[in-house]
Amino acid sequence: MNNTIALRTIVTKEIFRFIRIWPQTLLPPAITTALYFLIFGKLIGSRIGAVNGASYMDYIVPGIILMSVISHSYANVVSSFYSTKFQRNIEELLVAPVPNWIILAGYVSGGIIRGLLVGLVVTLISLLFADVVVNNLLITLSVAFLTATLFALAGFINAVLAESFDDISIIPNFVLTPLSYLGGVFYSVDMLPSIWQTISKGNPILYMINAFRYGLIGISDVKIELAYLITGGFIVLLAFFSLFLLHKGIGIKN
Amino acid sequence: MNALSIRNLRKTYNNGFEALKGIDLDVEEGDFFALLGPNGAGKSTAIGIISSLVNETSGSISIFGHDLKTDRANAKSCLGMVPQEVNFNQFDTVKSIVVNQAGYYGTPRKLALERTELCLKQMDLWDKRDMVSRRLSGGMKRRVMIARAMVHAPKLLILDEPTAGVDIEIRRSMWKMMQALNEQGTTIILTTHYLEEAESLCRNIAIIDQGRIVENSDMASLLSRMHIDHFVLDLAEPLVVVPVIDGYQIERIGDKVLNVGVPKEAGLNQLFNQLSALNIKVLSLKNKSNRLEQLFMDLIDSSSAGINQ
Repeated sequence: MNNTIALRTIVTKEIFRFIRIWPQTLLPPAITTALYFLIFGKLIGSRIGAVNGASYMDYIVPGIILMSVISHSYANVVSSFYSTKFQRNIEELLVAPVPNWIILAGYVSGGIIRGLLVGLVVTLISLLFADVVVNNLLITLSVAFLTATLFALAGFINAVLAESFDDISIIPNFVLTPLSYLGGVFYSVDMLPSIWQTISKGNPILYMINAFRYGLIGISDVKIELAYLITGGFIVLLAFFSLFLLHKGIGIKN
Repeated sequence: MNALSIRNLRKTYNNGFEALKGIDLDVEEGDFFALLGPNGAGKSTAIGIISSLVNETSGSISIFGHDLKTDRANAKSCLGMVPQEVNFNQFDTVKSIVVNQAGYYGTPRKLALERTELCLKQMDLWDKRDMVSRRLSGGMKRRVMIARAMVHAPKLLILDEPTAGVDIEIRRSMWKMMQALNEQGTTIILTTHYLEEAESLCRNIAIIDQGRIVENSDMASLLSRMHIDHFVLDLAEPLVVVPVIDGYQIERIGDKVLNVGVPKEAGLNQLFNQLSALNIKVLSLKNKSNRLEQLFMDLIDSSSAGINQ
């Protein structure tokens, strides 16, 4: 059994899937983020002034890019894997000698690729509004990659446990979006009252956005090492939980 | 060598329903095997466990000697599965469905494309290869599933009610396809509700009811257990009185139609002689029901009676 071929088959299928429906997957983030840059960055941002030494436009660019990476890496896996379950195509994989970790790696890779591709599209849009000069390329790329991996895994777990299409929209709408908005995309936590600063530091997305912001413009509210530790820790945790679900067949087998 | 060996297979669902109560089954290599049973008897659960779609509660399965738990990859490589309902992505093209399945089995791309062409041509679908699968007819979708199951050249093919809901022409062509695959060396396990299908295609048979195997033998010896054949006679003239002939069970089911139970030892000659003597002219005759169907119903009835006792 050649696992590389099976992995490549799943990843290729996933890439073709989101490319085929590009008006639903790649175009909306370009339009949404262009509006963010225009309204928050240009129109309102010019009145806010500098945040931690950076112009408001430059300050929000990293957060908006990473927010797109988070939502699209998650959305790709949750919608694709749940549809696979719903249409029972998952049986094609379960009947075949594909190890569970290959199934997980295939779907998560699809989510990472879409997340990073959308991140690239948003970055290109941001160039129309801000002069993005990368402070540390390695940190920028590694944080984007790890964040995409983490949320692709989270999307996978959501899809496995979901029993209806409602279940795959609850987490993105009621958990992911609020945590992203409250994760310091549009503001520095230093601007919050002390109690909200403490509460905000319980939000893991805050660490990822700040680490990414540090990679791009050299500004962060948190320690970069701590951001890597939290992101890496969650990845390991979610990966093991995903494999446990697959091993037990929870949500996919009778 | 056995293509499939099942030992003491049990399945109890979370709601407490015991779908399989410890079944044992052997299917020999090269066989064309029928697995029959009424709805809810446990055959879909058994097939689900064999194809790794359902977790068993206990028991073991080996496919061509490879244990499904301890030698999973080799066991699965020997198996092709054609499910009862369409389960491919209906937005994919016919070709990509089959090629991707080959990929899941680790088949290199070039070989996967060659085998896909072979299987689609065998299923008479090559000219539909670039069509989005949801546009196919019901019969074509079933043939796509057979092509998909065959693309990694499995030695054991399980077809779960492959002809359900298709018209007679397609059913006949699918019978030919299955026979051809079996003649080429593929072991076939067939579940079906069309008992004449099992009777004409399969050499061996197991009947499952209420989670137990209630019959497991070769088709010929099973059918030889039939003591009475039932025939329907179309008569030239309406009958006023139902004839009484010793040794035969005769009942009127229409003005000019009789249902006759004929014991094997009595035969038909004596019946016709007696009818001629009574001046009853028979225009035509046909089997009232499929022989296997009669046996099937007898077995299921006796199984139910046993359980109820």
